[in-house]
This record gives sequence, structure tokens and C-alpha cells, in this order.
Amino acid sequence: MRKLKYIEEKFFRVLMFFSTTLIVMVLLLIIFSILYKGLPSLSWEMISQTPKGGFYFGKEGGILNAIIGSLYLSIGATLLAFVIGLPVALFMNVYLVKFKKTVNTIRFFLDLLWGIPSIVYGAFGFTIMIYLGLKTSLLAGIITVTLFIIPIMVRAMDEVLKTVPFGLLETSLSLGSTRSETAYKVFLRQASPGLVTAVLLSFGRAIGDAASVLFTTGYTDHIPTSLTQPTATLPLAIFFQLSSPIEEVQNRAFASAVILTVIILIISILARLYSRKYQKHKINF
Amino acid sequence: MSTFRIGRHLRSRIHLVWMFISLMIIILLPFILGIGLYIKSILLLEEKSLWDLLFSSDWRPLSGNFGFLSFAISSLWVTALSLLIAGPICLLTAIHLTQYAKKWVLKIMHPVIDILAGIPSVIFGVWGILVIVPFISRYVAPVFGIETSGYTILAGSIVLAVMIIPFILNILIEVFRMIPDELKEASLSLGASKWQTIKLVLIRKAFPGILSAFGLGISRAFGETIAVLMVVGNVAKIPTGVFQAGYPLPALIANNYGEMLSIPMYDSALMLAALILFCVVLIFNFLSRILIMRSEKITN
Repeated sequence: MRKLKYIEEKFFRVLMFFSTTLIVMVLLLIIFSILYKGLPSLSWEMISQTPKGGFYFGKEGGILNAIIGSLYLSIGATLLAFVIGLPVALFMNVYLVKFKKTVNTIRFFLDLLWGIPSIVYGAFGFTIMIYLGLKTSLLAGIITVTLFIIPIMVRAMDEVLKTVPFGLLETSLSLGSTRSETAYKVFLRQASPGLVTAVLLSFGRAIGDAASVLFTTGYTDHIPTSLTQPTATLPLAIFFQLSSPIEEVQNRAFASAVILTVIILIISILARLYSRKYQKHKINF
Repeated sequence: MSTFRIGRHLRSRIHLVWMFISLMIIILLPFILGIGLYIKSILLLEEKSLWDLLFSSDWRPLSGNFGFLSFAISSLWVTALSLLIAGPICLLTAIHLTQYAKKWVLKIMHPVIDILAGIPSVIFGVWGILVIVPFISRYVAPVFGIETSGYTILAGSIVLAVMIIPFILNILIEVFRMIPDELKEASLSLGASKWQTIKLVLIRKAFPGILSAFGLGISRAFGETIAVLMVVGNVAKIPTGVFQAGYPLPALIANNYGEMLSIPMYDSALMLAALILFCVVLIFNFLSRILIMRSEKITN
């Protein structure tokens, strides 16, 4: 009987070890298989050119349109979400700090919003677009993606601002600064590394999501020159090229997947580096 | 001097107003979302009852039949199966990381979880097509004597499981960290082995947290679109096994967005599908969050 309990522990420890290793292996497998399949078809042409005639039959061209489109879209959406999200996060932590219940309710609300699938935002964005008489365009995409990433951004910023010590708020206010000065000059500076990470996280979400832009941005071979033009995006470029029966086009989809993966990896490394490097500007208590 | 002061306070006022407007935008967002989708789906709901739509599998948009049953069941299959795969793995890993693992393991696992969580769903889809689909058609299905292209419910579930793992794992780690050390120490000092303590004390204590982590995982899995759509096969028929193709609700919406504009009823049906998705996800999210808050209150 006594022995059994140790055998059981051994057994589960082995299982635990395996499941932990499995997760690491799966991540490596994902990155490896994408690189293995995509790198051979990746060329400078892919990155530097827009699709030429016959691109979708395997002829020349690249996916510059989708790369630029994705960048426009996610930068636009991240900026817009920042303009709405940062004030809310500051409001919760500077103005409402005494009203615990209200803040917790807002947090609860944001958590609920975070869970809504992007396809729902996409469908909703499409409805709004039709209602306003817009066509599929960069603008419609930016608005939809903004709605989608706002809860993510606010919640991430809130998590950071929560850690700003209460003493800092009291000190700043007692020196005669207004609440908004405390928010934008003291809290913002103190929390800036974490806030940058939150912004980068949202940017990564924005650039990688396909379902929300499927309805709203359309797809085109040109680089958009105004907000009202449709835009290609990287995830959709991958998706559409992969559904082609022609092998060369499919291979390009894999190469495009490499580009997107690399962008995402760069963002996540930047977020890590940034939050480490600027930690030292923090006032420590 | 006094004009300067007014300027400062005015600025503060303006900031406050903008903060308030922003907050209102966010708070109103889900209501506008729900109402918007509902208004769009009224057209179909006036014609047929929700009950008929949900429990009919007759999907022929051109003749006006919109039965969601096969899509709903596909969604259930994929979601349940993915949780069945991801759940135990997450639970074991979370226990390992919080109870047994050395510091350096945590140092590796944190970025791994973060990166896994950040990978876009299209990439998961591509990986599914590259690895999982051929793996199923070549190795898994033949074991059961089944011939399939690999684009199956099982493929969708595996890809989905990998996608929700970082999500569930993060919450579980948090849940296990919240448990006070005294509980563990008390159990150990009474002569229980470490594993017995984990099994009989920790897991029991963490049970509500575990349930809610799984609940949040379900709501995540239920709404995932592109990755599942790429590997699940998309055949509108009630699936009866894991080696058959499925057609979950999000995939239905994503696949037909082009055609729906031409037929108002079709448009309405897809918006209703989005509304159903919205409601199911919100309900699961709501219950799980409540459960988490309750259990946090008890521990504190």
C-alpha cells in the first residue's frame, strides 16, 4: 500500500514532465515546420513586389501589398485603440482608485469582452459598414480591428497600472498636480515599459487576426493609398494562396506564413527586451 | 498666474471628459454588438422560430432552409474534443510548473507560453495542414481502419487544443499560485506525500479555478475561426465520428461572407449564427469569471 503511493507519484511525475515537454516540442514543431516548408520559396521578390499579372497562377510577383496593408491596418488600429484605451486604463487607476467595486466591475466587463471571438467583431463590423454605406476598405478594417483589440489593450495596460504604488498617487496629488497631470505625467512614465508591452501585444493581435478583417477590408493587389480603398492583409494572403490548387501558389502561402511568423516573433522579442531595458527608469519604493 | 491655473484645470477637465467618453464607448460596445446582430437576424427569426432553426439540419440557403443543427453539433464536437486534449495536458503542466519545476524550467516555459499565445491563428491553420492533417490520414486513421483525407473533426480539435493550451495554462498557473502555502504545509506535516497533497488538497482547493479555466478555454475554442476552418473539412452534415469532416459555426460564417449579400435571408441567417456564437461565448465567459471571482474571495 505504501509502495503504491510512491509508484503513483512517480507515474504522474513522468506524465507531468511529458506534458510540459510536449508543449515546448509543439511550439518548436510549429516554428520548424513553417520555416522548413516556407523558407525555400521565400525570396526577396516575395517581400519587395506587389502581385503581377498571373501571380495567382504561379507567375511573378510578391506579397508586398499584403505586408504593407497589414502594417497600415494594425498600426492604424493600434493607434486608435491607444487613444481610447489608455485614457480608460488611466481613468480606472487614477480616478476610480477609491471605488474598488466600480473598477472591478469594469475589469469584469473587459474580461467578458476579451473573450468575444473575432469573427463576431468581423460580422458586426460588416453590418456597421453596410449600414453606413461604406465599402470594404482600410478604414472599415481599422475600425473593426480596433474594437477587437481595445479590451485586450485596456486590460493589459490596467494590469500594469495596477502595480503603480498608491504612494505615488498621493505624493503627486499632495504636491498640487491635477488628477490628469498625475495620470499622464507620473503614472504614464512609471508604467511606460509595461504599457509599451501592452501596445505591442495588441499590435501582434491586430496583425495576426484574419477573421475580423475577412469581411471588412476586402482584398486587392495594390497597396492602398487612401483609407477608403480595400486592402490586402497577410493572414488573408496566406489563407487565399493556400486554398489555390496550384503548387507554386501554395508554396508562396508557406513563405508568407514565414513572414508573418517572423513579424510576430520580432514583436514578442521586442516586447520582452523593451520591458527589461526600461525597467530602470522606474521609481522603486 | 491665474490664467495658467485655469489652463491646467481646463486641461484636466478635457482629459476627464475624454476618459469618460472612452469608457462609455467600451461599456456600450457589447450591447451595441448584441443589438446590432439581433436587428440583422430578426428577418429570419420572424419567419422561423429559433427552436426550428437550431434543431433542423436542413441547410439549403437557396430554398430558404436554414437549419443550424449540423453546424452546432460540429462546433460542440470540435470544442469538446479540443478541451479533452488540452485539459489534462494543461492541468499536468500547471501542477508541474507550480509544484515541482525548478526555476530554469519556468524561465523557459514563460516565453514558450507567451509565444504560443501570440502565434496568429492562420499560422496554426497552416501548421495543421502541414503536419496534423497528413499525420491523421497517414498514421492515425489507418490504425482504426478508416480512410480519410485527414481534414477531419480530429484535426480541427488537435489544432484548436494547441491554440487554447497557452490560454488555459496561464489561468491554471495563476489558480495554483493563489492557493496558500499553509494548506500544503499542513497536509505535508500530517504525513501525506507530495503527490497525495496535490491530489487531495491542492486539486480539491483549486477545483473551481480549474473549472473556470476550462470554461474560458471552451469559450475561446468555440469562437475560433480561421485555423479550424482550414483543417476541419467543411462538410455540412451532422458528424458522427472524429474521423469525419465537420463544419463549425464560425467556419460557416467565414466561408459564406461573399455570397450572403445577394440574399437578405442568407445574410440574416449568418448574422444569427454570429449572434448565437456571441451569446454562447458570453455565457461561458460570464459563468467562468464569476466562478473565478468566487473562489478568489474564498481563498482571501
